[in-house]
Amino acid sequence: MKKILSLFLAAAVGCPLLAGCNAETADEAEEEEASSQTLTVSDPEYYSKFKGKGISINVYNWGEYISTGAEEGTLDVNGEFEKLTGIKVNYTNFATNEELYAKLKGGAASYDVIIPSDYMISKMIKEGMIQPLDLGNIPNFKYIMENFRNQDYDPENAYSVPYTWGTVGIIYDTTMVDIPEEEIDWDLLWNEDYADQILMFDNPRDAFAIAEIMLGYSLNTEDPEELQQAAYKLLSQKKIVQGYVMDEIFDKMGAGDALIAPYYAGDALTIMDENEDLNFVVPKSGTNLFVDAMCIPTAARQKEAAEMYINFMCEPDIAYSNIDYICYSTPHQGAYDMLDEEVRESHISYPSQDFIGANTEVFVNLSDEANLKMQELWTDMKSAEDENTNKWIAPIFLIFSFLLMAFVLIRRHIKTKKDLF
Amino acid sequence: MKKLGKLYLVLVLLFLYVPIFVLIVFSFNETKSRSVFSGFTLEWYKRLFHNRIIISSLINTILIAVAASIISTVLGTLAAIGINSMKKVPKAVVMNVTNMPIINPEIVTGVSLMLLFVFFAARMNLEFGFVTLLIAHITFDVPYVILNVMPKFKQMNPHLYEAAQDLGCGPFKAFRKVVLPEIMPGVISGFLMSFTYSLDDFVVSYFTSGSTSQTLPITIYSMTRRKVSPEINALSTLIFIAVVIVLIVKNVIESRAAKKSGLS
Amino acid sequence: MKIKLKFFSAPYLVWMIVFIVIPLLMIAFFAFTTEDGGFTLKYISDVGQYANIFVRSIWLSLIATAICLVIAYPVAFILSRMEKHKQGTMLMIVMLPMWMNFLLRTYAWMTLLGNNGIINNLLGMIGLGPYKLINTSAAVVLGMVYNYLPFMILPLYSVMEKIDKSLFEAAEDLGCSGVQTLFRVIVPLSMPGITSGITMVFVPAISTFIISRMLGGGSNLLIGDLIEMQFLGNAYNPHLGAAISFVLMVIILVIMTVMNQFDPDDQVLI
Repeated sequence: MKKILSLFLAAAVGCPLLAGCNAETADEAEEEEASSQTLTVSDPEYYSKFKGKGISINVYNWGEYISTGAEEGTLDVNGEFEKLTGIKVNYTNFATNEELYAKLKGGAASYDVIIPSDYMISKMIKEGMIQPLDLGNIPNFKYIMENFRNQDYDPENAYSVPYTWGTVGIIYDTTMVDIPEEEIDWDLLWNEDYADQILMFDNPRDAFAIAEIMLGYSLNTEDPEELQQAAYKLLSQKKIVQGYVMDEIFDKMGAGDALIAPYYAGDALTIMDENEDLNFVVPKSGTNLFVDAMCIPTAARQKEAAEMYINFMCEPDIAYSNIDYICYSTPHQGAYDMLDEEVRESHISYPSQDFIGANTEVFVNLSDEANLKMQELWTDMKSAEDENTNKWIAPIFLIFSFLLMAFVLIRRHIKTKKDLF
Repeated sequence: MKKLGKLYLVLVLLFLYVPIFVLIVFSFNETKSRSVFSGFTLEWYKRLFHNRIIISSLINTILIAVAASIISTVLGTLAAIGINSMKKVPKAVVMNVTNMPIINPEIVTGVSLMLLFVFFAARMNLEFGFVTLLIAHITFDVPYVILNVMPKFKQMNPHLYEAAQDLGCGPFKAFRKVVLPEIMPGVISGFLMSFTYSLDDFVVSYFTSGSTSQTLPITIYSMTRRKVSPEINALSTLIFIAVVIVLIVKNVIESRAAKKSGLS
Repeated sequence: MKIKLKFFSAPYLVWMIVFIVIPLLMIAFFAFTTEDGGFTLKYISDVGQYANIFVRSIWLSLIATAICLVIAYPVAFILSRMEKHKQGTMLMIVMLPMWMNFLLRTYAWMTLLGNNGIINNLLGMIGLGPYKLINTSAAVVLGMVYNYLPFMILPLYSVMEKIDKSLFEAAEDLGCSGVQTLFRVIVPLSMPGITSGITMVFVPAISTFIISRMLGGGSNLLIGDLIEMQFLGNAYNPHLGAAISFVLMVIILVIMTVMNQFDPDDQVLI
């Protein structure tokens, strides 16, 4: 809820689609703030368990993925949790699932609550990096919608509590891209008319997914040949890509520095709040449906406090504040019921079951070999030179270093001679 | 010719300062736009002071910089005294190793310390955070202290310390009364140097900070990677002003001291 | 009882071994071992597949270093020829931007160079552009020059400041032209400043990952990015990361040795 901001951007109250996200007035925002002071939770007794014990938990979440209270009229969720429970929250951010994995696997940090996506959850379960939850400590799990429980990535729902879900689509500037909305598909990202105006995902899984859809492969293909083809597809796009980014998209699209970018639906809605020229389309040829869920790493130091935090995040009021702020879709029945009619009927945030069934695919964890192959292809693709620079850069460098070495040797030779006499 | 030189200097200064002034100007911008100035506001400063993460990482940064620079000054001064009285070969070896963190790219220092801490973390229940940051900062600070203190010994009579001891001073008294005053200027500049390096370090901290202690540069980095708010411009402005004030104060003190010593 | 002075350094020596020597050995160890601790050359040879990144990093940082030298040399000279009392103030003014956090300085260029940024907006007013400025290798070089220019100015200035003015007069009296004075007197005398300036710019430039990420848009990977990716980024593989760091250290060692050949003092590392 960036209400105050959208007031600055006087025009930002246009699109009815975004009603829940931006059409509130300052008065309402104040009301909201007032209500936040009398935040009600289901069981205050439960939350006071660790009061005065000086405990702290480390929460590792995606950037822009919680209501922070940094903007007026929004709820400071972590602050409220600290007030309520006396547990200090060390809150830090990551930008991609792979970054989260690296940080956790490398052992350079210990976390108590993390929020990975579906495929990463199953990978982490497989590698024993996250531990089963005690749902008895998370009574608010009851609010999670039936169809978001026991998903493929965590079949018995032993390890994770869903936080948000959404689809991937294309966000673009309607004033500069003159293609009717119905005709927009992934090939827009390969359209040379918009060279240097296109941004692309800076993580292998999401980027490969787009290429795989266009090539008609499964998003979970492990066939090395198909992965190779997808990498070629991405390489052919590279020369018209302005940059590979993640959350920098907020800034670049919001400021009009780029015209076209693929991104997650929820963040796209947030960006559209700031720049009314933007529109978001979920391509009909198919897309990825993702679920991000809260988990507790095996190495967590404060498991019970972490479960308390997860439970707190599932309090209807809190879940609503978060979802209202970040604009993602919620698997939380209580929060869903609180949303405005318009948001619930938005085909961006809550596409129909038919659409989900026919056009979306969920990531599953790939085999280690496929993961490695994808990572290699990804680094190769990103480090590939433009063809025209490749030819002369290496020879010039070689000649330069040769000359330098020759010079050094000759100098040394002369010097030793001089010293001799 | 002289005019040409001045013009050139002005151009270089423009190159150095224009980006910073642009940042400062846009910290007062009413909208979030970074290229069109639409009106004056102090809103972003207000928000900056309400931003918990920034305030807490600022406190963290200062704590670590103070602690790291004090510890490394003590450690480095003692080390310099010792190294100075070493024989030629061990001295050369120690000095070459000491130079390592300075010559090595920061990223290699950061990564190497991270590997070490991970090794300890797995075995000794060490948590990444304040402690690892502090160790890392001391490690890259100490060489600067040593390099600042060492040259002072060249100007000092090597037998003074022993003479003092022969005259009945205890070793610590001899050190305090004889050695310390001689090397003090080096110690102070070493301290200041390591303090500023600590304050400003990003790369090494990035690899060793873990999940609990974020320093200001790390917070700034994560700010630039997300939805950027002009709060970051406000922060730049404040940092710039702080730097200007510190440098002016330093210069005034120095020139006063110079005048004094010139008089006496 | 006398305490030998050299024992004063004992705490530091322990610190040095634990936190400087061992970590560097660990990099070497990781670079040459597999996950279960066996010796391997696989990771070192894998580094070869990123040769183009190494070449690009070295190339871009060489260009940046050369530009820094060309810009800084006259600045240092002009500064060193000013009246003494002005020198301190001017030097402070030149160095002041370096005291700003370097992420903020780089961020400033992000806002200037954007497709919809100030430079393109200004150019637009006179009917030019928009040009693609950000996310190019030129932007990365610019970022390097901007950030590391003071590192070049400072050592050059401190050397030139010591050059006696009468030397120029003498050169002139002996019939040197301006250019000759420059190459026969000033450059040789300022050689130590040039070499230390070059290393002070080149080393951070070749290993940066912030500048390439912020101004290069993720498609101009440098060695630093590659290392960061292996440890904390999208391609987790600490052994490969250690191998790349190891090769980077070797490259820098070679360059330092080369640079030391130019240093008349010859306080050589190797």
